[in-house]
Amino acid sequence: MKKTKSVLLTTPYILWMVAFTLIPLGVVAYYALTDPATGEFSLTNIRELGMYLPVLGSSIWYSLVSSAICLLLGYPVAYYIAHRSPLVQKFLYMLVMLPMCMSFLLRTLAWVGLLQDTGIINRLLGLIGIGPVTLIRTPGAVILGMVYNYLPYMVLPLYSTIVKIDHRLVEAAQDLGCNSRKVFSKVILPLSMPGILSGVTMVFVPAVSTFYISQKLGGTDTVMIGDVIERQFKQGSNPNLGAALSLVLMILVFVCTGIMNRFGGDEEGGVIA
Amino acid sequence: MKRALTLIVAAALLVSCAAVLSGCGSDTEQVTINVLNWGQYISEGDDDSLDVIAAFEEKYPNIKVNYSTYDSNEVLYTKLAAGGVTVDVIIPSDYMIGRMIAEGLVQELNFDNIPNYKYIDDSFKNTDYDPENKYSVPYTWGTVGIIYNSKYVSEEDVTGWELLWNQKYADKILMFDNSRDAFGIAEYMLGYSANTTDPAELQACADKLAEQKPVVQQYVMDQIFDAMENEEAWIAPYYAGDFLTMQEVNPDLAFYMPEHQGFNLFIDAMCIPTCAKEKEAAETFINFLCDPEICGQNLDFLGYSATEAAAKEYMDPEMASSEIAYPSKETLAAGTTFSYLPEDTSRLMEKLFMEVRNG
Amino acid sequence: MKKFNRVFTVLIFIFLYVPMAVLIVASFDTGKSLAGFEGFTMQQYVRLFKDRTLLKLLGNSILLSVLASSIATVFGTVAAVGINGLNHRMRKTVMTLTNIPMTNPDIVTGVSLSLLFIFIGTKMLGIRNSLTFWTLLIAHVTFNLPYVILNVMPKLKQMDPSLKDAALDLGCTPLQAFCKVTLPEIMPGVASGAIMAFTMSLDDFVISYFVSGTGFVTLPVQIYTYVKKPLQPKVYAMFTLLFLLILVLMIVMNLLQARGMKKRSAAHAASK
Repeated sequence: MKKTKSVLLTTPYILWMVAFTLIPLGVVAYYALTDPATGEFSLTNIRELGMYLPVLGSSIWYSLVSSAICLLLGYPVAYYIAHRSPLVQKFLYMLVMLPMCMSFLLRTLAWVGLLQDTGIINRLLGLIGIGPVTLIRTPGAVILGMVYNYLPYMVLPLYSTIVKIDHRLVEAAQDLGCNSRKVFSKVILPLSMPGILSGVTMVFVPAVSTFYISQKLGGTDTVMIGDVIERQFKQGSNPNLGAALSLVLMILVFVCTGIMNRFGGDEEGGVIA
Repeated sequence: MKRALTLIVAAALLVSCAAVLSGCGSDTEQVTINVLNWGQYISEGDDDSLDVIAAFEEKYPNIKVNYSTYDSNEVLYTKLAAGGVTVDVIIPSDYMIGRMIAEGLVQELNFDNIPNYKYIDDSFKNTDYDPENKYSVPYTWGTVGIIYNSKYVSEEDVTGWELLWNQKYADKILMFDNSRDAFGIAEYMLGYSANTTDPAELQACADKLAEQKPVVQQYVMDQIFDAMENEEAWIAPYYAGDFLTMQEVNPDLAFYMPEHQGFNLFIDAMCIPTCAKEKEAAETFINFLCDPEICGQNLDFLGYSATEAAAKEYMDPEMASSEIAYPSKETLAAGTTFSYLPEDTSRLMEKLFMEVRNG
Repeated sequence: MKKFNRVFTVLIFIFLYVPMAVLIVASFDTGKSLAGFEGFTMQQYVRLFKDRTLLKLLGNSILLSVLASSIATVFGTVAAVGINGLNHRMRKTVMTLTNIPMTNPDIVTGVSLSLLFIFIGTKMLGIRNSLTFWTLLIAHVTFNLPYVILNVMPKLKQMDPSLKDAALDLGCTPLQAFCKVTLPEIMPGVASGAIMAFTMSLDDFVISYFVSGTGFVTLPVQIYTYVKKPLQPKVYAMFTLLFLLILVLMIVMNLLQARGMKKRSAAHAASK
């Protein structure tokens, strides 16, 4: 009785999700496998994908670097926040969240104003007689844009796991003669692994698929896979190739998150053992 | 805390319901037309200029204009070809109108609703993209040339389109972000016809553009205004009318037309797509823009050239006699218009351009 | 070490807030450029409130996100209750389905939905404008649902099932039991799910960019076409006002929560 009711309550949801997540992916596959001009089945789009492998490679590289930088910058911040009094924690948490609520388009545009050759930083450098220095339209600028936009996505999950770490474990480790470095590497770091993994995923996925950041802060040679997809759909009038590229991007992301989840599962097992 | 949140959620729900209801309760007589135009291509009331759309809505209170922009013919084409949207008025360029007519994306106009068509100069009628004047009403025309900043670019380098390839100005050069204009420049440089359909010539153009890529700062369209005015970039190919707008902000900017190599002469004309819902209101809007007084004030702000002589009366005399907006007959003779290319040539060009951009 | 952490955190916060400060300063600038400050003016705010399109777009965005998040909250809460009652294997399958839009990059979700709507609308039904307010709403509800479910599920799991059984034994109908017992228990999860869905919806650019047509456009999508043009500084004025609004909202919520926390700890102390 109870079970049929549960199934009844869940059915509309399942139907909705199938209709608007699974079927659309099927439509993407359909477009990817048809010819843009004739609409017939063809492998032309798939064959053309090879050309975009370098773009795909550099997208992955940029996002991995930004995820790593986010982790290095985010961990100390999350750790600091997690060790304040509850009230201060709430306040700092809010400060981390607030930028996420503001238009990321405009915030990225602000970086253009800061970094461009005639921008704020170069004007300030000019005052002390340096420059202009090329800051914008470099891979560094794209990575900076990613780190800036997605850092909160790293800090928040890290904070949530660090704040839950039982302080008695730290004390126990200290009692057993661990120095603070060892306490960190043997206790705190392994226990914050779930947060690290979810943070890395939350940074990596939007970073690898972005098109706005690379369009604004990148140059002509920092093209990302998201740019190519956007351009096929909005400008190149070849949605079929765009669909094929989207499919590749999706598979890539699922494989990466799959690897991370597996890796995460092992780590958790290790901690329990 | 819980109660406060419940209240917030409830209030939000109420507000949203009210908003939906008020949206439904509006006057049924009202029609809304979706106008899709180039960015920076209508006078919007900045700097005490005429706000064309507001003036239209005032004159025809039962028609509301939903105005949005695109930044190249190819973007517009993609939007219409993909489907799923309703657009009532568009303003594509000559070659794109030809393509849209051929592919059935635009429909015939009812000229009874566009009496102001009589003001259009004869030289803009019976064009090769619309030989029988059935589908389009000319909006503006103009030329494509090179805009450069005379503060940084020495005159001796300004010899032709190759300025856009000049290593000396690497990373200070902007380039068109649409296939047809970009290929046009390469075609003029290599001495091909601007309407070539030869795949080998197109490939050579693509190679030429790929060779330019290392010196290009960005591929842009509307962003060119900011970049040139702020001197973030020094050299860019663009439309003469927009040059006049930019020069008002930055007087160091200069304009150059490579007459010995050839350049593009274009006409942008208003059309009604087949997906339009409010054809009559759309025609009313087109007619309004052809009114000499409106046209004159609009183009005075835009800097583009007028397709009707009567409009010049309502312009600033300086603009009406500008040599950049209205070049001499001899200069114009060096220009060529883009005509409609067959479907597979357009596709090949777009594909090659995407490869240049993405490679 | 502690001192290093503090200095480091302060630096990161500066990093996060400097670009926003640049925009806020620019909203009071007479010049158009972000890079230099030419003179103080409030003119941009006057222009903003005279601008019908910008305010209408903001209205569009708010309407869409309120509707989408409310629908997703109700729909998602019901679904979560259902999922909670399923056996382990089925629950796992449904949660995998829930995770798809969470893991999928936004651009893929946007592309796939727009292709779906065009495919069904234009190719199968022959409707010209298939990309409307309604398709945008469907898209937003779809990507909001997982946030609601993932927020509600943990609360349902924490709940003592015997509470609901007691209510049923005492003569409540199942609906009454849900409203009087279950709902108040899971309310924090429902509320945080709703808020998350609302903010996700309000700030969404990528999915809306691909799914919206010409008739109904949201603010972020229009900002994207705006930033290609010479950006009008009134957009900075709007940014500043939204920043203040969100700041105030967050502070109020924080204060409310802080008061709740104090009360609870006081009650806790008293019960001891």
